[in-house]
Amino acid sequence: MSDAIQRRQFLIGAGGATLAAAVPPAAPAAETPLLSAPSQPAAPQQAAGDSFQILSAAEAAFLGAVADTMIPADGLSPSGSDCGVVVYIDRQLAGAYGAGSRIYTAGPFQPPQRGTGWQSPLPPLGFFRAGIAAADHWCVATYGHSLDHLDEAGRIVALKAMEKGEASFQGIASKLFFVELLQLVMEGFFSDPIYGGNRDKASWRMVGYPGLPATYREKIEAWRGKRYEQDPQSIADFS
Amino acid sequence: MTRRLKEVDAVLVGMGWTGSIMARELSRAGLSVVGLERGQDRKPADAFALPGIRDELRYALRQELMLDPAVQTVTLRHDDSQIAQPVRRFGSFLPGDGVGGMGTHWNGQTYRFLPSDHKLRSHLSQRYGAKAIPEDMMIADWPIGYDELEGHYARFEALCGISGKAGNIRGEIQEGGNPFEGWRSGEYPNKPLKSSQGGVLFAAAAKSLGYHPFPSPAANASNPYTNPEGVKLGGCQYCGHCERFGCEADAKASPQTTLLPVLAKDPRVEIRDLAYVSKLNYDRKAKRITSVTYVDLRTGEELEQPAGLVILSAWVFGNTHLMLHSGIGTAYDAKTGKGTVGRNYCYQINSGAQLFLENEELNPFMGTGALGMVIDDFNGDNFDHSGLGFFGGGYVTLNTLGARPISFRPVPPGTPAWGKEWKAATAKWYRHGATISVQGSNYASRGNHLDLDPTYRDPLGRPLLRMTYNFTDNDRKMSAFVTGKAAEIAKAMGAQHVGVRARSGDFDVVPYQTSHNTGGTPMGSDPHTSVVNRYLQSWDAHNLFVLGSSVFPQNAGYNPTGAVGALAYWAADAIVGKYLKNPSALIPA
Ligand SMILES: Cc1cc2nc3c(=O)[nH]c(=O)nc-3n(C[C@H](O)[C@H](O)[C@H](O)COP(=O)(O)OP(=O)(O)OC[C@H]3O[C@@H](n4cnc5c(N)ncnc54)[C@H](O)[C@@H]3O)c2cc1C
Repeated sequence: MSDAIQRRQFLIGAGGATLAAAVPPAAPAAETPLLSAPSQPAAPQQAAGDSFQILSAAEAAFLGAVADTMIPADGLSPSGSDCGVVVYIDRQLAGAYGAGSRIYTAGPFQPPQRGTGWQSPLPPLGFFRAGIAAADHWCVATYGHSLDHLDEAGRIVALKAMEKGEASFQGIASKLFFVELLQLVMEGFFSDPIYGGNRDKASWRMVGYPGLPATYREKIEAWRGKRYEQDPQSIADFS
Repeated sequence: MTRRLKEVDAVLVGMGWTGSIMARELSRAGLSVVGLERGQDRKPADAFALPGIRDELRYALRQELMLDPAVQTVTLRHDDSQIAQPVRRFGSFLPGDGVGGMGTHWNGQTYRFLPSDHKLRSHLSQRYGAKAIPEDMMIADWPIGYDELEGHYARFEALCGISGKAGNIRGEIQEGGNPFEGWRSGEYPNKPLKSSQGGVLFAAAAKSLGYHPFPSPAANASNPYTNPEGVKLGGCQYCGHCERFGCEADAKASPQTTLLPVLAKDPRVEIRDLAYVSKLNYDRKAKRITSVTYVDLRTGEELEQPAGLVILSAWVFGNTHLMLHSGIGTAYDAKTGKGTVGRNYCYQINSGAQLFLENEELNPFMGTGALGMVIDDFNGDNFDHSGLGFFGGGYVTLNTLGARPISFRPVPPGTPAWGKEWKAATAKWYRHGATISVQGSNYASRGNHLDLDPTYRDPLGRPLLRMTYNFTDNDRKMSAFVTGKAAEIAKAMGAQHVGVRARSGDFDVVPYQTSHNTGGTPMGSDPHTSVVNRYLQSWDAHNLFVLGSSVFPQNAGYNPTGAVGALAYWAADAIVGKYLKNPSALIPA
């Protein structure tokens, strides 16, 4: 394990311990604020030094809270935002993906029927902007705080409500938003580090994915049934 | 205005597997050939090079090598009571784009159909009685028997250097091969790939249950291979990046690694890329296509290419769409059952059982697009369907295709999708999870079809193709049954957890299932129920031949391309051996 990762895990591990003290209450009650304001702003912020091409401060804070709740720091890896997931999402939304490349965009539009998939008139950048605004609005209305100002237990409850589609956002189905969000977060965690996420190949180390060059012609039989390990290598290591 | 070009002997629409094979065969017969391909002509040595080709996000998720839905897509509804919506993002299937077509980024699992698949309706009628076949199941016999096509299957396998083990050579059952397969004139051109640990365990468990495991036939060369065209394929690196990627080792058979180098040197063949065909120009009286119209995507100019012979090799959607849009033949009407173009649209009913082997080191990232052990005991009519309430089946396989981590993250059933517990499970099981999958048949149903959408248009201003499609009860029952067998094998392998996912509910375009779409221009012996005859010649335009899985009357429980390649050679033989001598309808309508 690299020194950088060890250092980071140590720092984050310490933070995680304080968070874990705020034990989650069982179920969300939609109307009453679930959690009182945390005594300190508990949500981890983006790793120091990250700057964004297109995300506003509030959007980055929301995504940081999401990334760190979906991918909490522990002995297995640093937190989502420390792994660069928010930077990844920023770069994706600022680029061709966010602008709607590889999407058929002609109207008319209707909300999706079962089985027809993506039907948003908005490109992904606009969709996520609207979704983040709706999610934060709902969080404030329901819990009294935006997502990044909830403690970890509160964020888990809020994200679960979105995942189940029980969070009633204005104008956007919370479940649909959640599915797209989860996908982007996982892409940021697991993709090649050239896209800004998966810093230090943290996720590849976590699962034991060796990365490149992936030439196993002489290895597949020799290592059959035996654990093959390699310090993971990514595209930049060969460029 | 449209600029009219000089007439050529033959024009092909689409330069994937089928277009490349046909271009080669027509040139061999001395014809001047123009291949029009909508997408780019990528140069493999540059476009598929290390390290950039190992980029899962770019190729697998953002689908760089595949068709952009903004260029062409379809609309979908489950039945004709609904208003179809466009497929705005591709998910369940991934059409190809560019010279090489889908063959550029396919896996390479290269099967033959069973002899009984070639005469499905008569086979099932004989065995179970004609009344046993549900009324709205529009299955049909192929107009070509297995015996007739055997040599053409073999030819495609030789072109690709398929790695595998024969199970039946001229009627003699071979140890270690598939005992259910049709006879073969000889062994596979290349020996089987080296198995993964998952494959070894699957084969042992399947055998212990009395089944007949064999290595998946693979267009991933187990050893370097020189094909009959003189083109050299490299030895497979087991990099686990076939599906959705180009191959940097030239080891995956594709048009680029088997035929295009020959066509590039051929003065009689001209491939024009970024040439998007909008229409076939049809002389209804003369029953022939006079020319094709296309847009040069570099300039926006519209051009007309006259040709004596026209080949549709634009895959299922392109073939069906161009026939409907050009007014060739009669569009199928699901209400009356009349008309033929758009009929017999089918897909593939895939499912699986995910299994978790705590104490096994599977090294799942060492794999190939077609690395697997397979049983065929529950495919087609290889087992007795009496009393089962369905027809069809599928092969059951443990494939080790690679373990690219954005998409390959197996966790036991019941694990949350994110958070601490998800993370721990992902870290724990990544190296110990595998899937036994079922490649299930899909038998044509009266309601499932393709036609033109009344509302949505493509960038050329044409109506989009509309897909009316859903799974049928037959499909769901078949899937439940065969997936149950997959789960049984998973348990016999000693799995701690098994997640069983049979195909149920409605068709959904989001999760990837397979790009094995079929039908729309079915072949047959009766012009009232088919679009092309047994030579894949249009009943309505004698100089038009249609290639690809769009000619299947139904889909079998196999990947299609072995049969697609064989049929391309078959049609080429008919054109060269029969049609050119007397250009007219080869079978009277
Ligand atoms: C990810 C993936 C994995 C697969 N794995 C397997 C497998 O393991 N085994 C198997 O048997 N099959 C597999 N397939 C399917 C296989 O790739 C296809 O069956 C086969 O390549 C089809 O060949 P084709 O020539 O019919 O069509 P294509 O290869 O699709 O070629 C058609 C060409 O026509 C062009 N075209 C279409 N319309 C027009 C137009 N209007 N004008 C100009 N050009 C046009 C397209 O751009 C395309 O290049 C896979 C497919 C995918 C996407």
